Amino acid sequence: MNVTIVDYQSGNISSVINSFTEVAKGKVNLEVTSDIKKIKSSDKIVLPGQGSFKSCVDSLNSIVGLVDTLRDFAITNKKPLLGICVGLQMFADIGYEEAETKGLGWIPGNVSKIDNQKGKYKLPHIGWNEIEIQKESKLFKDIKNKSHMYFVHSFEFIPEDKSVISATADYSSKIVCAVEKDNLFGTQFHPEKSDKIGLKIIDNFLKL
Amino acid sequence: MLKNRIIPCLDVKNGRVVKGINFVELKDAGDPVEQAKIYSDGGADEICFLDITASNENRETIIDIVRKTAKECFVPLTVGGGVRTIQNITDLLLAGADKVSINTAAVKNVDFIKEASKKFGSQCIVVAIDAKKILDNKWEVFTHGGRNKTGIDAVEFAKKVEENGAGEILLTSMDKDGTKSGYDVDLLKTITNNTNIPVIASGGVGTLDHLYDGIVKGGASAVLAASIFHYGEYKIKDAKEYLNSKNVSVRL
Repeated sequence: MNVTIVDYQSGNISSVINSFTEVAKGKVNLEVTSDIKKIKSSDKIVLPGQGSFKSCVDSLNSIVGLVDTLRDFAITNKKPLLGICVGLQMFADIGYEEAETKGLGWIPGNVSKIDNQKGKYKLPHIGWNEIEIQKESKLFKDIKNKSHMYFVHSFEFIPEDKSVISATADYSSKIVCAVEKDNLFGTQFHPEKSDKIGLKIIDNFLKL
Repeated sequence: MLKNRIIPCLDVKNGRVVKGINFVELKDAGDPVEQAKIYSDGGADEICFLDITASNENRETIIDIVRKTAKECFVPLTVGGGVRTIQNITDLLLAGADKVSINTAAVKNVDFIKEASKKFGSQCIVVAIDAKKILDNKWEVFTHGGRNKTGIDAVEFAKKVEENGAGEILLTSMDKDGTKSGYDVDLLKTITNNTNIPVIASGGVGTLDHLYDGIVKGGASAVLAASIFHYGEYKIKDAKEYLNSKNVSVRL
């Protein structure tokens, strides 16, 4: 199996590479690239994302043909794609970080700043929080409800169709922290930084 | 619910841990990679390396340590000490650090924080503030490992780094550091009340009760400690179980 981590020159993806390399060892052929040809021929894609929504979208758009290739892969051909952090947020139609920015539009919804109740909750939401699993999920196979995952973000994805939500985390409100819609998977938290339980999630994705 | 974090900090000099862990199973007491792995396996919520190497020529050494550690520890890794340029940050992040902690360079030029957080995202920019009490309820920022006075008020500076995009503040009390008499809770409380980003408490931990004070009385989101873990007095697990028994939520 060929799995590609999309390297579109946005933020720090070293940890994603390290953890996927650890889990993929001897089982999966892992590529880290923005090469359109390689992306097209892969079986699964990981779309990481750090920094702001706008900077990530701008970086994706700066690589000619990348957005169309990803769309063909995930929407037309329905092959498995995992978005992490801003990688998940970009599934939305629109994001409001830095400036109003159009997202990939794969799952209707928007990305807005977490309502921190006038400073009652510190932002960014940094650290380990429990996830509450909301539906049967391939990604969370054998993951216990209320497992701890590592978060670091100030914006949250608010999908229109609540049935895509696979997990939430309690921080000021029930934050959407994972979505699953057919072949599309996304986590707001960082499985690559979430210790052994995070590696299990990566393993689940690679085993799909 | 968001859990309070316990962060062991390893002081690294010329590629070796200055204060080692006293664990018997350790093959080499000075190997930072091995020690980080022990902490990570023991349930540390993050690992922090502080590079106290004086010279610039040895920066490759810490980068190599980060590279090796990041391949074995799958919890967040923060690296501080001598981070002065965008290139320094790039090098550390590429090696596998998740966050960098910036101290002197932030005091010299707060625009550096703005530039760094814009380029890499606030999530990876920690500003380390070393503060010393000068009057009742008044603290001054010090740099160069606490040697140099700056005349800058710590509270004002904390607000300023938040405005400029810092994602977290690592707050060390120079008065308490190394004393094992507990955090400067007043300093912590003042800074956490005046900022809206997470604050990591540092400097002075001698008992598990001090960790409790930092979180509950000081309002810290995370507690950092070095020597109580290094010398094997307590394991990370002991700290977590103690806090949990006092109704402080931690990741168990």
